[in-house]
Amino acid sequence: MSIEHNIEKIRADFPILKREMSNQPVDYLDSCATTLKPQQVIDEVVRYYTYLGANAHRGDYEMSAQVDYAFEGARKTMADYIHAARKEEIVFTSGTTEGLNTVALMVVKQLLKPGDAILTSETEHASSVLPWEQAGCEKGCPVKFMKLTEEGRITIENFKASLDENPDVKVVMVAQVSNVLGYPVPVEEMGQICHDRGILFVVDGAQSVAHMPIDVQKMQCDFFCFSGHKMCGPTGIGVMYGKFELLDKLTPVFFGGESNARYYKGCDTLILRKTPLKYESGTQPIEGVLGMAAAARYLKKIGLEDIHAYELSLKKHFLDRAEKELKDKIKLYNADSESGIITFNVYDKGQMIFPQDMASFLSSKGIAVRSGQHCAKLMGDIIDAPGTVRASVYLYNDINDVDRLVDAIKEATVEKCLDIFF
Amino acid sequence: MAIDPSYYRDIILDNYSYPNNKELSDDKDYHSKHMASDSCIDDITVQAKFKDGKIADIRFDGKACAISTASTSILTELLKGKTIEEAEKIIHNYNHMVHGEPYDPELLEDAVVFEGVSTQPNRIGCATIGWKAIQDLIDEDLKENAAKEDAQ
Repeated sequence: MSIEHNIEKIRADFPILKREMSNQPVDYLDSCATTLKPQQVIDEVVRYYTYLGANAHRGDYEMSAQVDYAFEGARKTMADYIHAARKEEIVFTSGTTEGLNTVALMVVKQLLKPGDAILTSETEHASSVLPWEQAGCEKGCPVKFMKLTEEGRITIENFKASLDENPDVKVVMVAQVSNVLGYPVPVEEMGQICHDRGILFVVDGAQSVAHMPIDVQKMQCDFFCFSGHKMCGPTGIGVMYGKFELLDKLTPVFFGGESNARYYKGCDTLILRKTPLKYESGTQPIEGVLGMAAAARYLKKIGLEDIHAYELSLKKHFLDRAEKELKDKIKLYNADSESGIITFNVYDKGQMIFPQDMASFLSSKGIAVRSGQHCAKLMGDIIDAPGTVRASVYLYNDINDVDRLVDAIKEATVEKCLDIFF
Repeated sequence: MAIDPSYYRDIILDNYSYPNNKELSDDKDYHSKHMASDSCIDDITVQAKFKDGKIADIRFDGKACAISTASTSILTELLKGKTIEEAEKIIHNYNHMVHGEPYDPELLEDAVVFEGVSTQPNRIGCATIGWKAIQDLIDEDLKENAAKEDAQ
């Protein structure tokens, strides 16, 4: 659907947009950190608490059967959302971070040999790099970093060269969209290359899953992890997608109730439940699962392609105004990235306003942005700045939100950033 | 008497643009504390030299926002030459002030310009990063002295 023509209706779906921040209507430009939730998702969470109520996969009464039906239906919704071949490839986790940690622990322990390497990039989020660093360290599996272009992009040419130089690479780990600069990564071509060379391909979908159509089969990834809260769903829930044969072959990291079928005393007596239930020990955040599926339906109904195009149109509006009105005022780090992420620093008489001072000033104008390194601490060398301000637009932002940001940047000085304290 | 906020602002701005004692020393007598904020990008190192129960000198360096830089700059001047006891009293009052609790403004001199930080709770970390460092350095010095006394 055309978001531009329906923007008032869409904004009305998000009750939080009625609140104020610093006594002004909230201008929420931090959707990369977490997205706001539509009433449809909130209602679904409430429906679990006020009607469904029972645990999943445990009871023999009608209420519990209704929960099972809703829970497994949500699994199917999530499988369809990312175009998985079957719903058994969807494992619920607490979010991207837990998913990526689980993948790293299982793969390093069960599939890699000492000396095998993991290839990633310096633009990755800490949640992509650190699990492999930590799991790999113990086993002697180093993490290596691929070559990037000057502006921090991954190209197929550089990727191939990095693989040629490092024949020990057995795992490639990248985010489909970087959370700092927002460059989409050529995952489909990378997936094909990994597939041809027998390399495991792991994709962090945290910043892509809410912003573009996802097809895990086309990208030929072995694992794809994402969070519900970055796609208009609840916090504390996410998905670890894995190719079925891999999930079926691997042993989980956690054990306990629900994931086991039979056991007796002794560590070799455990019979696990079938994939994916063997990965879901303990009671899952059921309202989170249902809420995330409601979010997936909501986004699908609006259309991921339309969402992506709308984000780009808002970013273009910012860039057009910036070109005319903010020439000496800002340094933009990712004007050409095809996403709703705008990363910049603001200048006052040639002096950079420290990102956190700028973010506090914007807060006083009712504008929510992120400042800092955005959990990608290796990025500093690429952009040559101690940190940045990041504004990220989404389907519920309108032109007015972007205009307010431009107007505030125009007005910003070091002095004014301090005025908020008086 | 109400003080013109622009006067406070100018003091912060001055300490941000031209910070005091912003250069580290190679002298081995200095204790050193690196503070990397866990929630933001402030990254500073504070050094202190203790002599005869007093803070003989304080220095710092690093990359940080206006509030972190200015508050650390002001503390280096304020605490220099103070006894450990006096310094701890000032730090205690400063912490009270930025948390919106009662404090003695007389003790804080220029550092009172950060009174308004209590109205911006997500910036308290910026206004206290240098102060936490100097407290850590004092604790370290006290511990060393106690260990020395035990050994005698």
